[in-house]
Amino acid sequence: MITSPFLTKPTPLQLVMTKVLLALLPGIAVYVYVFGAGILIQLLLATLTALGVEAACLKLRNFPIKPFITDGSAIVTAWLLALSLPPLAPWWMIVLATAIAIGLAKHLYGGLGQNTFNPAMVGFAVMMVSFPAQMSRWAAPQAELGAAGQLAFIFTGHLAVPFDAIASATPLDTVKTTILQHGGIGELFAAPLFHAGQLGAGWLPSMMGWIALAYLAGGLWLYASKIIPWQTPVAFIASLAALSGVLHLVDPARFTSPLFHLFSGAAMLGAFFIITDPVSGPTTPRGRLIYGALIGVLVYVIRVFGGYPDGVAFAVLIMNLAAPFIDQYTQPKVFGRKGKAA
Amino acid sequence: MEMALPGDPAQEGGGVSARPIYRFNGGVHPPEHKLESSGTPVVPGPLPAQLVLPLRQSIGNAAKPLVAVGERVLKGQSIAAADGSVSAALHAPTSGTVTAIEDRLVAHPSGLAETCIVIDSDGRDEWEARTRFDWRAAHDAGDGRAIRDYLRDMGVVGLGGAVFPSHLKLAGRDALDTLIINGAECEPYITCDDRLMRERAADLVAGIRIVRQLLNAREVLIGIEDNKPEAAAALRAAIDGADIEVAVVPTLYPSGGAKQLIKLLTNIEVPSGVRSTDLGVQCFNVATVYTIYRALEHAEPVISRIVTLTGNVARPGNVEALIGTPLSDLMAFAGEQTGTREHIYGGPMMGFALPGLTAGLTKAGNCIIATTPAAFPDKGREMPCIRCGECASACPAELQPMDLYWFSRSREFGRAQERNLFDCIECGACAYVCPSSIQLVDYYRFAKSEIWAAEASKKAADKARERHEFKQFREEREKREKAERLAARQAAAAKPATTADAAAAADDAEAKAAKIKAAMARAAERKAAGETGDTQATDAMDAEKRAKIAAAMEKAAARKAHLESLQGGEAPVAEAMDKAKAEKIRAAMEAAAQRKAARDAAKADTPAQAGEADAASTAMDDAKAAKIRAAMEAAAQRKAHRESLQAAVPVAEAAPAASALDPEKAERIRAAMQKRDEEKARLAAMSPEERAALDAERQARIDAAKARAAAKKESEQ
Ligand code: SF4
Ligand code: SF4
Repeated sequence: MITSPFLTKPTPLQLVMTKVLLALLPGIAVYVYVFGAGILIQLLLATLTALGVEAACLKLRNFPIKPFITDGSAIVTAWLLALSLPPLAPWWMIVLATAIAIGLAKHLYGGLGQNTFNPAMVGFAVMMVSFPAQMSRWAAPQAELGAAGQLAFIFTGHLAVPFDAIASATPLDTVKTTILQHGGIGELFAAPLFHAGQLGAGWLPSMMGWIALAYLAGGLWLYASKIIPWQTPVAFIASLAALSGVLHLVDPARFTSPLFHLFSGAAMLGAFFIITDPVSGPTTPRGRLIYGALIGVLVYVIRVFGGYPDGVAFAVLIMNLAAPFIDQYTQPKVFGRKGKAA
Repeated sequence: MEMALPGDPAQEGGGVSARPIYRFNGGVHPPEHKLESSGTPVVPGPLPAQLVLPLRQSIGNAAKPLVAVGERVLKGQSIAAADGSVSAALHAPTSGTVTAIEDRLVAHPSGLAETCIVIDSDGRDEWEARTRFDWRAAHDAGDGRAIRDYLRDMGVVGLGGAVFPSHLKLAGRDALDTLIINGAECEPYITCDDRLMRERAADLVAGIRIVRQLLNAREVLIGIEDNKPEAAAALRAAIDGADIEVAVVPTLYPSGGAKQLIKLLTNIEVPSGVRSTDLGVQCFNVATVYTIYRALEHAEPVISRIVTLTGNVARPGNVEALIGTPLSDLMAFAGEQTGTREHIYGGPMMGFALPGLTAGLTKAGNCIIATTPAAFPDKGREMPCIRCGECASACPAELQPMDLYWFSRSREFGRAQERNLFDCIECGACAYVCPSSIQLVDYYRFAKSEIWAAEASKKAADKARERHEFKQFREEREKREKAERLAARQAAAAKPATTADAAAAADDAEAKAAKIKAAMARAAERKAAGETGDTQATDAMDAEKRAKIAAAMEKAAARKAHLESLQGGEAPVAEAMDKAKAEKIRAAMEAAAQRKAARDAAKADTPAQAGEADAASTAMDDAKAAKIRAAMEAAAQRKAHRESLQAAVPVAEAAPAASALDPEKAERIRAAMQKRDEEKARLAAMSPEERAALDAERQARIDAAKARAAAKKESEQ
């Protein structure tokens, strides 16, 4: 039975997901430059796990496997997770995180389109809560560790040098501990960690800022391709910048600048790739503005006043819960009914 | 993602006029595919050997046949009359012989058969003698009604696809601010209006001026999408004056929707449930205006229309075809090629797949597309909704289609209604953009049909409950009356024996009076029952109504089967699903056939009852009947009284007289009921705008009746 409309626009789900993956490529490229090829292994591991778990779940749920596994949504989840975890995390971490994301957060909730929470963020949050130590072990940017060394480390945990020799906290981590210990950030930004490397651009908070910049570029392209709406990222960035800006002006010794917040941690990745996940967010234009803005506030609050160095995952999960209510209260007026009182 | 605020004037490209063009939300740009058929002039269609003319050519009632099988008809002869005000006449498109009046397959998504008049053409194409109607004189005399009746009798209906009887839209009382002529033709593939505007601009403009005069419109705008510059130019050249303005709007589906075009040109949003005339705007399709012109100036009824034949045909183009031309003849005429999968009637966004090509062309048929798998690839597998909001960005009604989808799917129809499901114009823009290939509109059709069905059954339940309550009430009263009678009789018996005779007489008189009272009470009850729902008539009507609703919702029914198969298993395996789907569709079809049988049975019942009624009472008008009845009752009472005084013999005449009245009265009540229910069904099927128009008509009728009654009263005095 074929009924009207007989025509459809050729932007199937697959294409949407493919474009999201493409938009991540610049960020990944810079990531490889900054942290080495280890991330590629993580991406591969995540992808394979995601596809495997997805297939298994589909099979268990008696779904046809092919149309669903090729929709690409599982791979997007996998990549977002891989990019959020430390690049040199042991192999089982990304596998576990991905399995939790796909199996638990996605399929137990009913599969594509039904999940209340962003699957990647669920996976990340579980790891963060369960393995806080491993989750904060980042190698220093451009550590002298070849691809083979990274591969070996991810799979065996053995290193030619002690990990501490190449380890480094992320800027967010450092800021957090420094504030906790010294009550202010003081001279912190003179440390090499906070230099944007040989690439210049002194305004970037760290080497990782370059990755964020690449995410931003990918995100803008996604917007231009009409894959993501503008409301969520704009509201998020604006609220995060505004909040950090105001407090930074009030007390620069305690509160870092808006640029630091925007280009650290998962802020940019979140702005364009995570909080824009349509399934777990609101759908109304006004709702998206509210949603984005509130996530920005939460991210800031968690980063600055909470117990975790970065707050994107938790902020997103909290707001996922609120999304249906936001939708409920931001229903736009339909055609011809705008004149009437709400 | 729409950055510009709605209401921002967006200047159109290429438009000469300085008029600001507003925007409506969303809209889509499907591939146009208009060039295939727009390049060649309209050619006269074939003169088919046989024409199949469905009686239902408009919204509202199907026309009533005026001809009998075997009768010879001339071209232009009225072969079926409008039935009521929301209806329009039907005419013989060519000369020939009526060979059948029977159920034939019609161009309807349900694939159901409906009554058609079949004419075998004699090839002579001989016109009936025609006289021009002097509409100007009628207009000057202020007799708009005569003009409207004339147009109704010429079979003029909206040719844009909605086939709303045009005379109802001309019934405005006040002057109109803006008359909008819809030449947007936004659906892909269709070019019949484009060609009409290009080739017959002068006649069209003459028609527009007529409509303007009839409606007393202050301003006239012709809305044309900017992909038809030739049409716009032709009209501008033909207008030669400042009284009509050609407004070019950007090509954006569905700018040709009446509400969207009104918004584009005037920035007025006509809410659902409000008629546009109340906001000072009225919208006519160009082809309709053209037929109004032909009818008023050339006494030509609507017996043909321009139809676009396109898709998988050797000679795509526009054909002026006779109404009733078998669609297979049309496709052969256009040189249909092999490999056609199906035929779309109407445009690809809002049309439907034809159940067969034996159906005759209807006034609604603006386009037939022969599809191939290459041009119309299978829609992708329906994937879950990812709430991406693309549909909302595309929705011209500014709805949240994904929410409506969720609610429809989970059968939360109340919530769907809360979210304005009935504001959906079923334009298909949402389904067009959905990356998950969800056939959203089908879900809305499904939800709407379920809501209608629920409302219908609720009404039926209400009626049943009222009937039951009334029955209880009646039984109680009868008991009471019996007791009273008994008491009276006992009292009489207790009287002295010396007056036995007189007492007996009194007793008899009392009994008779009681009988009469009882008879009258029965009649009153029946009348009351008639008001709450006369059993038989209601049942017959319910069956018919149900059948009607069923027919209207067949498309939804078939789709519902599909939906249910989808809901049954969350994601059934494709082949199994196809099978199940086919099965369900077959079941739905069978159910439809059964319903139809029921409807036919109901139909068959009705004449029988009518026959009885005829036998029982000759045609008498209401007033006369009431007088006679009153007289008879009075007489019966007098007689009873007299006889009781005579204290004699069985007198059972009063009661029979009363009960003889009953069937007649009941019949009348039933007839009235039926009429009312039909009216209701029709109203239910109508858009608010139409309903309002109808109300106006009815008011006029009531006023006229009142005036008549007043006059009569006066003359009687
Ligand atoms: S376009 Fe389709 S997938 Fe996207 S929100 Fe609408 S219904 Fe869901
Ligand atoms: S079909 Fe209905 S819901 Fe979909 S875009 Fe059109 S009006 Fe909106």
